[in-house]
Amino acid sequence: MSERIEQRAPGSEGEEDPIVPSSSPVPESTPRRAPSSRRGESVFRFLASGSGVLVVAAIALIGLFLLIQAVPSLMANNANFFTSPEFSTGDANNLSFGIRDLFLVTVFSSVFALVLAMPVALGVALFLTNYAPKQLSRPFAYVVDLLAAVPSIIYGLWGILVLAPAIEPIARWLNTNLGWIFLFRTGNLPVLSGTIFTGGVVLAVMILPIITAVSREVFAQTPRFQIEAAKALGATRWEVIRMATLPYGRSGYIAGSMLGLGRALGETIAVLIVIRASTSPMTFSLFDGGYTFASLIASAASEFSQPLPTGAYISAGLVLFVLTFVVNALARVIAGGKVNG
Amino acid sequence: MAKRIDLKDVDIYYGAFHAVQNVNLTVIPRSVTAFIGPSGCGKSTVLRTLNRMHEEIAGARVEGEILLDGENIYDRGTDAVAVRRTIGMVFQMPNPFPTMSVRDNVVAGLKLQGVRDKKKLDEVCEASLRGANLWKEVKDRLDKPGGGLSGGQQQRLCIARAIAVQPDVLLMDEPCSALDPISTLAIEDLIADLKKEYTIVIVTHNMQQAARVSDQTGFFNLEATGKPGHLVEIDDTEKIFSNPTQQATEDYISGRFG
Repeated sequence: MSERIEQRAPGSEGEEDPIVPSSSPVPESTPRRAPSSRRGESVFRFLASGSGVLVVAAIALIGLFLLIQAVPSLMANNANFFTSPEFSTGDANNLSFGIRDLFLVTVFSSVFALVLAMPVALGVALFLTNYAPKQLSRPFAYVVDLLAAVPSIIYGLWGILVLAPAIEPIARWLNTNLGWIFLFRTGNLPVLSGTIFTGGVVLAVMILPIITAVSREVFAQTPRFQIEAAKALGATRWEVIRMATLPYGRSGYIAGSMLGLGRALGETIAVLIVIRASTSPMTFSLFDGGYTFASLIASAASEFSQPLPTGAYISAGLVLFVLTFVVNALARVIAGGKVNG
Repeated sequence: MAKRIDLKDVDIYYGAFHAVQNVNLTVIPRSVTAFIGPSGCGKSTVLRTLNRMHEEIAGARVEGEILLDGENIYDRGTDAVAVRRTIGMVFQMPNPFPTMSVRDNVVAGLKLQGVRDKKKLDEVCEASLRGANLWKEVKDRLDKPGGGLSGGQQQRLCIARAIAVQPDVLLMDEPCSALDPISTLAIEDLIADLKKEYTIVIVTHNMQQAARVSDQTGFFNLEATGKPGHLVEIDDTEKIFSNPTQQATEDYISGRFG
């Protein structure tokens, strides 16, 4: 409630109102200025609404394109599209493809990345807004934002050459000691590096900046009077965060995380490099290998010559499109229009 | 419970800016002291030094002594957090925690002090809401969010939250300026009740309000913008409004300036 009031207070409504009645008793100036300003008004309206329509149309057309290209291949498909783990398109006359494993590997790696990144992002955002001294907070935030500027191919190289060997002992420990949990049992790969586990860690680093940036933004907007309410009761810094900052920023934090999830779902090249392919189906373990939607399509991109096999990949792309769309829409709903990240 | 406040030669600075100069005053327990004066004269600043809330602004510092029953709240070993736990504050803008329930809002301070006993919390919640004249209106929606109450109810909720910890002193920073006349009246009646138990200091822009609720009134003024504010005089409210000793006070209360 009170947030709304504050947001509206500096708005233009209050300032414009008194102008209207004062200009109406002076009718001479109005007709002289009207034509040009009215033309400007309609031109601007056309530009603004035109751009809006364009964006919506572009999204709709992309969806339509994917659908049109995918349908013939889906009709020719010999396997169940949703439940089959295989994806063989070598013979255009005998297509047999399904998205079961693509979906599982995509979701497992992305959700694992989210689980790793969310607490870290929360900590960084709170540190930047509540703990770091002002001189430190700006450059530090800048460095975190820089993580987003690193090309994903670099993440891929770093992931497979540096990170994978470094975290293999951790993977081995988890596999040995917590192997009875399905997530940590031995997967469909003969080794423990280059797995969904490795890919998830790389993805976590990649989505950290967006979650941090959105959360930091929202936490910094915590109304002053909320913070004062907590402080006046004798709240320590952490208690102020718990009583004022977190309740206020929670929806923004979740929305930021959803945006991060959307990014992880669609990440291509780093995943393609880091996660090893596997010949056998996904076994619901983090130590499985395989392809995500995006990495599979990228790996096959050089062979898009015949329309029917190509359509098979496009139908996989369509599912990814819908998946990220849903996740982003979810982020908007949770944020309630508060965030525009 | 209610404590006496003494300010001795208090000067307040924000960085290089000298905000308030040389304030000396005494507030006796179980009384209401009102601070009046034009905008920028430092009355709110002085109020905020009483629970060290002004320290939230970078570069703020206080010289002189502020004594609570003889103990300097600015002593080196004294923690601002500890000071605020024994001094309640009500702000200009009603500021309940919007997502917390009415009950949790009231007992928020107690929970900070580590009280976990649910029975005790419920008792204090009811007593504080009764004390703030709000119990009848909210007893059926104690679990609803505090942000859902009306402005006047929210302000009384904030008062309930402040008195739930049985503070030594209750500070009020223009508590009625965002409220309608009926809610204002409710708060003023409440202040009259509360002074039986608490030492109250209130800042107000409304001179009639100061005249109605306070036993003692302090008039703050500043010579010019950019100059420090100072306490012109402080005396029994009746005397300030009928027969002030300073010409500036006379001019202000008679509406000749400010």
